[in-house]
Amino acid sequence: MPYAPHTEAEVRAMLADLGLERLEELYAHLPADLLDPPIELPEPMNEDALLRHLAEVAARNRPGRVFLGGGVRDHFVPAIVDTVAGRGEFLTAYTPYQPEASQGVLQAIFEYQTMIAELTALDVANASLYDGASALAEGVLLALRATRRMRAMVSRGVHPEYRQVLATYLNAVGADLEEVPLEGDRTPAFAVADDVGAVVVQSPNFLGAIEAYAPLAEAAHAAGALLVVVADPLSLAVLRPPGEQGADVAVGEGQPLGNPMSLGGPHFGYIAVREGLLRQLPGRLVSMTEDAEGRRGFVLALSAREQHIRRAKARSNITTNAQNAALRATVHLAALGPEGLKGVALATAAAARRLYQLLLEAGGVRPLTRPPFFAEFALRLPKDPAEVRSLLAEAGYHGAYPIPEYGEGAALFAASERMTEDDLLAFARAFFVAVGG
Amino acid sequence: MGFCFSDRVPLIFERSRPGRRGTPAPARAADPAELFGEANLRERPPALPEVDELTALRHYTNLSRRQVGVDTTFYPLGSCTMKYNPRVLEAAARLFADLHPYQDEASLQGALFLMHELGEYLKALTGMDAITLQPAAGAHGELTGMLVVRAYHADRGELEQRRVVLVPDSAHGSNPATSAMAGFEVREVPSDADGEVDLEALKRELGDHVAAIMLTNPNTLGLFERRILSLTEAAHAAGVQLYYDGANLNAIMGWARPGDMGFDVVHLNLHKTFATPHGGGGPGAGPVAVKAHLAPYLPVPLVEKTPAGYRLDFQRPKSIGRVRSFFGNFGVLVKAYAYIRLLGREGLKRAAALSVLNARYLKELLKRRGYRVPYDGPTMHEFVAQPPEGLRALDVAKALLDEGFHPPTIYFPLIVKEAMMIEPTETEAKETLEAFAEALGRIARRGQEDPDWLHGAPYTTPVRRLDEVRANRRPVLRWRPD
Amino acid sequence: MKVPEELKYRETHEWARIEDGVATVGITDYAQEELGDVVYVELPEVGRAVRGGEAVAVIESVKTASDIYAPLSGEVVAVNEALADHPEKVNEDPYGEGWIFKLRIADPAEVEALLDAEAYRKLVASEG
Repeated sequence: MPYAPHTEAEVRAMLADLGLERLEELYAHLPADLLDPPIELPEPMNEDALLRHLAEVAARNRPGRVFLGGGVRDHFVPAIVDTVAGRGEFLTAYTPYQPEASQGVLQAIFEYQTMIAELTALDVANASLYDGASALAEGVLLALRATRRMRAMVSRGVHPEYRQVLATYLNAVGADLEEVPLEGDRTPAFAVADDVGAVVVQSPNFLGAIEAYAPLAEAAHAAGALLVVVADPLSLAVLRPPGEQGADVAVGEGQPLGNPMSLGGPHFGYIAVREGLLRQLPGRLVSMTEDAEGRRGFVLALSAREQHIRRAKARSNITTNAQNAALRATVHLAALGPEGLKGVALATAAAARRLYQLLLEAGGVRPLTRPPFFAEFALRLPKDPAEVRSLLAEAGYHGAYPIPEYGEGAALFAASERMTEDDLLAFARAFFVAVGG
Repeated sequence: MGFCFSDRVPLIFERSRPGRRGTPAPARAADPAELFGEANLRERPPALPEVDELTALRHYTNLSRRQVGVDTTFYPLGSCTMKYNPRVLEAAARLFADLHPYQDEASLQGALFLMHELGEYLKALTGMDAITLQPAAGAHGELTGMLVVRAYHADRGELEQRRVVLVPDSAHGSNPATSAMAGFEVREVPSDADGEVDLEALKRELGDHVAAIMLTNPNTLGLFERRILSLTEAAHAAGVQLYYDGANLNAIMGWARPGDMGFDVVHLNLHKTFATPHGGGGPGAGPVAVKAHLAPYLPVPLVEKTPAGYRLDFQRPKSIGRVRSFFGNFGVLVKAYAYIRLLGREGLKRAAALSVLNARYLKELLKRRGYRVPYDGPTMHEFVAQPPEGLRALDVAKALLDEGFHPPTIYFPLIVKEAMMIEPTETEAKETLEAFAEALGRIARRGQEDPDWLHGAPYTTPVRRLDEVRANRRPVLRWRPD
Repeated sequence: MKVPEELKYRETHEWARIEDGVATVGITDYAQEELGDVVYVELPEVGRAVRGGEAVAVIESVKTASDIYAPLSGEVVAVNEALADHPEKVNEDPYGEGWIFKLRIADPAEVEALLDAEAYRKLVASEG
């Protein structure tokens, strides 16, 4: 087989050492009924044939400029992100159980934890989770553990798929989940009962709108609940972060920081909390410490929260993080710096605002999202958004994601810093044709 | 030795200089107050590092030199399957990097084809009827699988009584943690003298209060559960669902299938069995395959092949819902697809057999050097050894670092004291196994003569043993600006 | 290994000092030695009613987490807040400054079921 170094002579010699002659004998103790099952797979290929085959498969996708969002967008990724994340030392390591041989990954995680804590203006971040949706589920479970309550309230401004994942996780432990409808494009003030442990809001919300949730934080805290905020990490370069508005827990999808869209994954989810919630965090955490000679070093810490020690009483069953994706974000943030990241965030928001103005010029199109918004916004279209999305795709653009939950004709759009004025104008022209035709 | 560049690397924050700029920012200028309103702007900018691009690149390149991976070092981490990750898989994933998950289905026919095909291959390899590719990791797959089991019992009106999940005492910690997260109580089943599940003890636990049994086969001792057919038959007779933890499927892929053993639900670790990189701790992927009776409960959406092309099926009323946004770790799925196409059925079978051959060969080499194997049955892709009398697994592991090897998994499974769980994988050469065994032999000899030397190891790594007590009593989890 | 004569013991290695209807509870010298360096103690809430044998606190070392069981039924009336900053006191002074919580005893008859020092010494000898 490819990629195994064994020559036939070596296989024979190793088998002989075990007193065997054929590889099949290694399976001789399995029940005979199980052996040699009928398995149909395609014939093997060499690398060149594989890449040609995959290029042909990829060509069955229709390429186009991406004006879609939902927390995953077409942002530019600096070339050094690929260079670093593709280094074999990082790519082919595993969880850093042996710290003396894993200082690279451990220090990178420590830097990542710091960057996420800075972006969210909270005290502590873990080493990352699978994605934004599972990070939300973990964040709410954390809040319910901390408050010892079994009920959560979530705004419908939170990404619908995140709410679905949250419902799946809460259903499993028998906790109640109540959804709060939007008024227009934003979460209204609402009463928090004193059996609620977690209140969830997203800003910028799924419709792109920036929510003023400081009053909600007060209402939640008055009822003894914690506020969990879902936030796009790129927006935090400029927007008031969760920690400045009373959030106890911040979570989100990390893709906009240095990760390709890749049909929605692999990406990472982040989670950050106030100091007092540290022991409730799920997943990996890295601490700075010293070695026997007084040199600075990094280790996995607080492992007694985790599944390999606490087993059935662990904070979560998660065993790893999404390290390579989180490393991409770390390098991305280092490469851009605070000013560069702010530049990307502002250019993204400015492009989105310009696109919003352009698209609203089309006949029959009405705004669903009102400014201020960040990178994404929703419109009401005069015809079926699914048809508009399809027509746009035929013209070489991906946009107008149908979001029927938010009303008839509702569709979501996004922009990024990559779009030039010409790109926006060209998309708008295609859009006029699609909605008008 | 010296696989690591050992100079101290400062934190990226310590390299920061006010006013330095990295990768050039985009051109479009904008006024934040006008875009967002003053009240929505952050008061203090995040203290991200201000470095030029070369400084950033040099920093992370030097960090990587303080890190070992499969690319630099033999990495026989038991249960983790640290095999070579063919680099063509990275090239394969890049072909699909620019797809957005909310594109029109008609514009994603290549991606949907690939997911559908991969699902068919994995179903064939596991002997199952339906599959979801959505779970993002092995443990995430476990949770998905157990939620499917939960939904199945609930649908039959038996969830109220079926509260218990049975897990062997040799199981991965994620199994009991998953069961708890899925709302079940966990009960441990002992292993017998041979290291297999104690079948009689298990049968005594069975009943209509049991929802499922979670098993790994070969188990964490590397032993195939030879009575598996009696076990699954007894469990099914009691209405109990059988969960297969796919962590060790790499030992038997192509040779035997969990579906034929009687399992109802299987999760796969694509980053172990199918050679996608571990990434320093993810992202991986943990597809879940099930028998037909569990198919209605799988997460939405599923990829469906129709005469008009591939489509996404969201209309599944009995589904447990979603476990992840979008379609899971699609980029990882592309790599697993590519790996299966490179090897084909015979290649996969041979990979499994060579992983067993390597592990068996290495086990004999270690036994000749004084290492003990407490459950020395017909082990498969991995085995659990103990150091010679008087030596600690932790010390031996640290000394291995000085010899230029990544240590095995230690202190797992819990049922073996001073456990060293060794999984060489099929992509390591005979001479590497021999060099590793020689190193372990040297460590044992010198460690017995000079215990202080062994307790002090490692000596040549970028840092020596770290103060974990301090890190846990007073954790420092972030850098703070002065 | 110290096993003070005046204390009562549970087979799961907790000790109890009984004074005026209140039991002060900690872990034994043997237990702290077995656990190694204690890094964190998760304390119960004051006011919580517990049953004898119920897990009420958790002691963490670097690689393990162990439940601490209430030796007697009663109400938690105090916890050792000092352990938050100085968990090492459990190692340094298990019968003194390393105490974990205090219980107001609900049923004095339960005290009879606990081990005395000699019986606990025998238990440890049989485990070792």
